[in-house]
Amino acid sequence: MLRSSFAAPTSATIDDLSDSVLQSEMGDAAHQTSLTSIGLIVLSTISGAVAQILLRFGAESLGEGGLVGLLRNFPLMGGYACLAMNVVLVVLAFRGGQLSVLYPIIALTYVWVAILSPMYFPEAITNSQIAGLALIIAGVSFIGAGSRS
Amino acid sequence: MNTPVSSIVLVLVASLIGSLAMVLLKLGADCHRRKEPFSRWISAISGGIALFLVSSVLYVLGIKGGSLTILYPMVSTGYVWGLLWSRMFFGEPFNRHKVVGLSLVLAGVFFIGLGQG
Repeated sequence: MLRSSFAAPTSATIDDLSDSVLQSEMGDAAHQTSLTSIGLIVLSTISGAVAQILLRFGAESLGEGGLVGLLRNFPLMGGYACLAMNVVLVVLAFRGGQLSVLYPIIALTYVWVAILSPMYFPEAITNSQIAGLALIIAGVSFIGAGSRS
Repeated sequence: MNTPVSSIVLVLVASLIGSLAMVLLKLGADCHRRKEPFSRWISAISGGIALFLVSSVLYVLGIKGGSLTILYPMVSTGYVWGLLWSRMFFGEPFNRHKVVGLSLVLAGVFFIGLGQG
């Protein structure tokens, strides 16, 4: 298993070792997903969606002004900053919850992108997209509710 | 719009790599929670970020060349891998809520691809 290969201690005392084994048994298998984790992963989807919108703006003016132009491409840089924040939020969320609960919630990113895109780009939201968004929200709610019961 | 097999393969591989990125991020997060040494959790998280970057490049290359109606369902195979890895690597049980909820999410991603195709 991946975890056991990582758990091989280099400079831990026997006490530290038994402590970490105990914690991992209690903390992983029987671990419930906290509301904080669910909140953090939802925040990560918002920053992920903002990143996508900014990167798309940035991509439109790509290749103008060489390296300086690249660094002055504020939408592009802002997009990467949002992506970095996205990773931090995902890791913080993963500390307190199950991967199988939190991972599917990331699909909410589609919902935010679909809501934000028509505001900034000339495109309309279609009926089948609305159906898709409703299904994603239903699925994510179902998974979230299941993790609380 | 025709979707070449190469686009489908790129998106499938990107989804698989993306799901493995999540496994490494989860591993790093668990190491951090258990207060394991810095080197251990930072290496897992860096590995996760690297896989995430590789996956996004493959994803963009794949998505460019085909119809989203075909490719979006391929994107969502990442979530199925994720459910499998969470059980294999972290001992998280399947339950009805996860399976039904994930099926709804997959159907939703399919419909969004249909709307943009």
